[in-house]
Amino acid sequence: MATHAAFMPGTEAKSHGVLWSWLTTVDHKRIGILYGTSAFIFFLVGGVEALIMRLQLARPDNTLVGPQAFNELFTMHGTTMVFLAIMPLSASFFNYMIPLMIGARDVAFPRLNALSYWIFLAGALFLNASWLFGVAPDAGWFGYANLTSRQFSPTASIDFWVLGLQILGISSLMAGFNFVVTIINLRAPGMTLMRMPLFVWMSFVTQFLLVLAFPAITVGLILLMFDRFFGTLFYAPAGGGDPLLWQHLFWIFGHPEVYILILPAMGIVSEVLPTFARKPLFGAPVVIYSGIMIGFFGFGVWSHHMFSVGLGPVADSAFSIATMLIAVPTGVKIFNWIGTLWGGTVRFKTPLFFALGFIAMFTMGGLSGIMHASPPVDLQQTDTYFVVAHFHYVLFGGSIFGLFAGIYYWWPKITGRLLDERLGKWHFWLMMLGFNTTFFPQHYLGLIGMPRRIYTYAPDLGWYFWNLVSTIGAFVIAVSILVFIVNVVRTQRSAPTAGDDPWDARTLEWSIPSPPPVYNFARVPTVRDRDPFWLQKHGDGHGGKPTGRPAPVSAAEIKAIHMPPPSYWPILLGAAFLFMMSGALISIYQVVLGGLLTLYCMFRFALEYHRPASGGGH
Amino acid sequence: MTSQAASHAEHDPNIGITGLDHRKMGMWAFLGSECMFFGSLIGTYLSYKGKSLSGPTPHEILNIPLTSVSAFVLLMSSVLMVLALAAVQRNDMKWAKIWLFSTATLGAGFVGFQIFEFTHFVHLGLTLQTNLFGSTFFTLTGFHGAHVTGGVIWLLALWALAVRGKLGPEDALKVEICGLYWHFVDIVWIAIFTLVYLIP
Amino acid sequence: MTTRVPSRPRVTTVLLLLTVLALASACSWVGWDWDTPMSTVMPKSDFGKMTHEIFMLISWWTLGIFILVEGALLYCCWRFRDRPGAPIPKQIHGNTPLEVSWTIAFAVILLIFVIPTIRVIFKTQEAPAATALRVDVVGHQWWWEFRYPGLRITTANELHLPVGQTVAFYLNAPDVIHSFWIPQLGGKRDVVPHRVNQLVMTPDTPGEYPGQCAEYCGMSHANMRFRAIVHPKGEFEQWVKAQQAPPVEPTDALAQQGKALFAQSACVGCHVISGVSAGVLGPNLNHFGSRKMFAAGLLATTAENLTKWIENPAHMKPGALMPNLGIKGEQSKALAAYLLSLK
Repeated sequence: MATHAAFMPGTEAKSHGVLWSWLTTVDHKRIGILYGTSAFIFFLVGGVEALIMRLQLARPDNTLVGPQAFNELFTMHGTTMVFLAIMPLSASFFNYMIPLMIGARDVAFPRLNALSYWIFLAGALFLNASWLFGVAPDAGWFGYANLTSRQFSPTASIDFWVLGLQILGISSLMAGFNFVVTIINLRAPGMTLMRMPLFVWMSFVTQFLLVLAFPAITVGLILLMFDRFFGTLFYAPAGGGDPLLWQHLFWIFGHPEVYILILPAMGIVSEVLPTFARKPLFGAPVVIYSGIMIGFFGFGVWSHHMFSVGLGPVADSAFSIATMLIAVPTGVKIFNWIGTLWGGTVRFKTPLFFALGFIAMFTMGGLSGIMHASPPVDLQQTDTYFVVAHFHYVLFGGSIFGLFAGIYYWWPKITGRLLDERLGKWHFWLMMLGFNTTFFPQHYLGLIGMPRRIYTYAPDLGWYFWNLVSTIGAFVIAVSILVFIVNVVRTQRSAPTAGDDPWDARTLEWSIPSPPPVYNFARVPTVRDRDPFWLQKHGDGHGGKPTGRPAPVSAAEIKAIHMPPPSYWPILLGAAFLFMMSGALISIYQVVLGGLLTLYCMFRFALEYHRPASGGGH
Repeated sequence: MTSQAASHAEHDPNIGITGLDHRKMGMWAFLGSECMFFGSLIGTYLSYKGKSLSGPTPHEILNIPLTSVSAFVLLMSSVLMVLALAAVQRNDMKWAKIWLFSTATLGAGFVGFQIFEFTHFVHLGLTLQTNLFGSTFFTLTGFHGAHVTGGVIWLLALWALAVRGKLGPEDALKVEICGLYWHFVDIVWIAIFTLVYLIP
Repeated sequence: MTTRVPSRPRVTTVLLLLTVLALASACSWVGWDWDTPMSTVMPKSDFGKMTHEIFMLISWWTLGIFILVEGALLYCCWRFRDRPGAPIPKQIHGNTPLEVSWTIAFAVILLIFVIPTIRVIFKTQEAPAATALRVDVVGHQWWWEFRYPGLRITTANELHLPVGQTVAFYLNAPDVIHSFWIPQLGGKRDVVPHRVNQLVMTPDTPGEYPGQCAEYCGMSHANMRFRAIVHPKGEFEQWVKAQQAPPVEPTDALAQQGKALFAQSACVGCHVISGVSAGVLGPNLNHFGSRKMFAAGLLATTAENLTKWIENPAHMKPGALMPNLGIKGEQSKALAAYLLSLK
């Protein structure tokens, strides 16, 4: 667990190479960068998968890829974007930003944090290794039973998927425990819960969702694994099992998962808008409460993914009402964001563009969501491209735009360099254009009956032209991502001239150097407001004078800061765990050996600082 | 906690703004997650109750008196866990070792009962593949048994540390966290025992 | 601080681009043809019409909210844009009455959607009247079987219905989950193994309506299509009569040769032709020649298509469970001729 040992900041790279220092790092900032980089690479992988699918659908009866490849592509596209792109990109911000925003020097369990990352990477690589063996998962990211049974999916494809998701789930759970404790326990003095920045708040709700929702899919996957490996009957209709059990377990996880994907982006937008409107978030407590409400109701709406399975009119009505109810806090948030802009002085920098793009696009996704919250309407729309359009407006127009807002906003804090504004705006406008060109026509395609997950379609149904348009749009998105990459490369070659506070921002992370030192805060700040840094610079705007910057910190004080030293046990434990899990596909002996290795590494991990060489525990 | 430890609290990097230890809070978060885990497993069991297409059925096969004994053994181990923690806190390492080891022993005894029960059921013709009752029963109780096994390993590890003189009152929190887990696993068994064995 | 360009020209660009975007969307809306074969917004049954009304109700309201929100957003961007030398704005933290009132407004609008929704949920899920025509729909990987238990008819991939008559579909699947969907006749209902789902509707316009499996069901999910033919009054009875008749005996030599071949080969293991074979895994072929399309509505029923299909089913429909029996050349032509003669 957390460590007591003393560690001199900035010494980690000296004794060994740079690579070693990254492999053994327990610094939340470095782990954040690792998460972000991995997530972006998988975002590109998932994007290429999407482009191939769009090419296949560009015209009717196309034969670019066959049905098997197409089914693998949409399965891996969904799984990748949800678990390997958006979630870890959010995790990247949790890692890097939460400690900075709450005035902490690290997370509660730095080594556990590193372990979460390595296990995440293990799961991601494991899942994608299925491509190398030619057995990529092909039952959809939702993997509906009983198509996933041995009988209907005899190859190892589903095994890769089940085990990969289990590994990723463990990573998410550990990260969830870590951040729940970090946010509750590591806040700077004076930072009450209601003074926490909005991003921290939304992340906090997200952690609870992770901790409480993942067990449901874990159990669902265990039952599936048992069905496939040991011949149990959980999802086997022949033995009396009900395939709908999977749908319940999956969506009890799956709907909170939607909020796991969107809440962090909402948090980012709630940080970006006040900074660039130079006004506090309008009705911050209401935004916080509505975030909590969304998280809470998120557990009570899962069956709206199942309106077509025939649950009966009472269940349909109940889940419809609950789903409509959840639209209220969501709508409230949108109005509060507009209220934040109202009366401000809005500075049009790239992060703000993405935040505005988030509001504009997410609103559309939310409104189309209300349509299929009504079960009769849903019966027409579910499993059509209308739904594909809907959730891309939420997850791309929402999450991805929000996360890009965060990337542009915090890039100077992380690297000390401002991303180029001109390229940033090109990125934004191309992405906006490409996104709408891709997904807006899909509303229409769905309404004229185009089902999801079809690799081909007949020419006489009127679907051709707008599919072609959609494909063109997808490539415009790809170009916008290229612009972003160019921007990053060019920016990183320039001198770090951003300064500590390039946006005249409001929260604590901007009060420290860019990039922050290993210990983040030379002196842990005392907080008196939701916008503590703004208060220092500009006062409260109601006659309260600026409180001024705190006195500089002496070198001796910095020397006395204790930071956790690097550890190689997280990566070793992650490797042992991967070895054990992959044994399930190879041999029982590997599972046993891997299990023993894992247990050994766990002991070493747990006892690493049990009795530090320096003696006393404190 | 000794008064010396308390005075150190503000410097202890494991104590946060709430005055609670990170590790304890982390364990509570973990147990919250575990509630959902066992909740989902128990829900699966209940939703398939009586839906088996063939026998054996629960009342043909479950041995309530025998399992009551093993449940009692597990419950008693919780009492010993409390004693073990108390001993560690008052730096009575001799008794701490005894109580830790006997807690682990009772836990192992419970697992032993379960192994016996499972093999007995297999002889009676109930396996994971036989019917829905077999699938759900073995999975639910098996995962509980795996949790108990994990707890036994944890207890034995603490005991081994104590034997080597590497466990003292300053480690009381580590024992307390292990105890939280142990009591939780116990409570889950009460739920499983009631829902699976006692309610017809 | 970094380069602070006066933001007026930027804002103009923003608005310009957004307007172009909005106009492009609007134009495309106008250019959209809604009267297509699988359109969900051209309902041709009571069931479809009921759901469509709710869809339109929500659509108009959400369009209004959409314009309000996006308009407010654009207005804020324009009205409150930063001007050179602008002072720090007033630090407003919120306005409770305002926030409470828009929360209530949302709730009220949602109530407007909820009430008709619940009414239609219960109305469309009522038990069918005893006079309803019962059709058992069986979803197979990857084709549709339609049984009319009251009429003793079994057919595949082509659903025949009388106009103005209430139909009760009983949906079941022997393998994996499918979803039964004829967009013009209304919403879909999943076809779940180990469970019989119901869908009740009364088609009100004669015509031919394509349908398709809407729940991903494996390799050839995209090819699991069918057609519903709603007959005008009187025509349906003719169809029933024709289907109830025993399969015709082939008259020309090639077809007779085909029949002999059929009876000797593995075909009989899976297909029913009354008096010839009794297999049940594949589609019933009694009146195969009367169907316009075969192979789950994928191929037109022509001699050429059928010959190709017999020679290599999986080539025509990937993953098709009908095996390649190695029947080639003259033999497959003869088989095709026989099957086509089964009008």
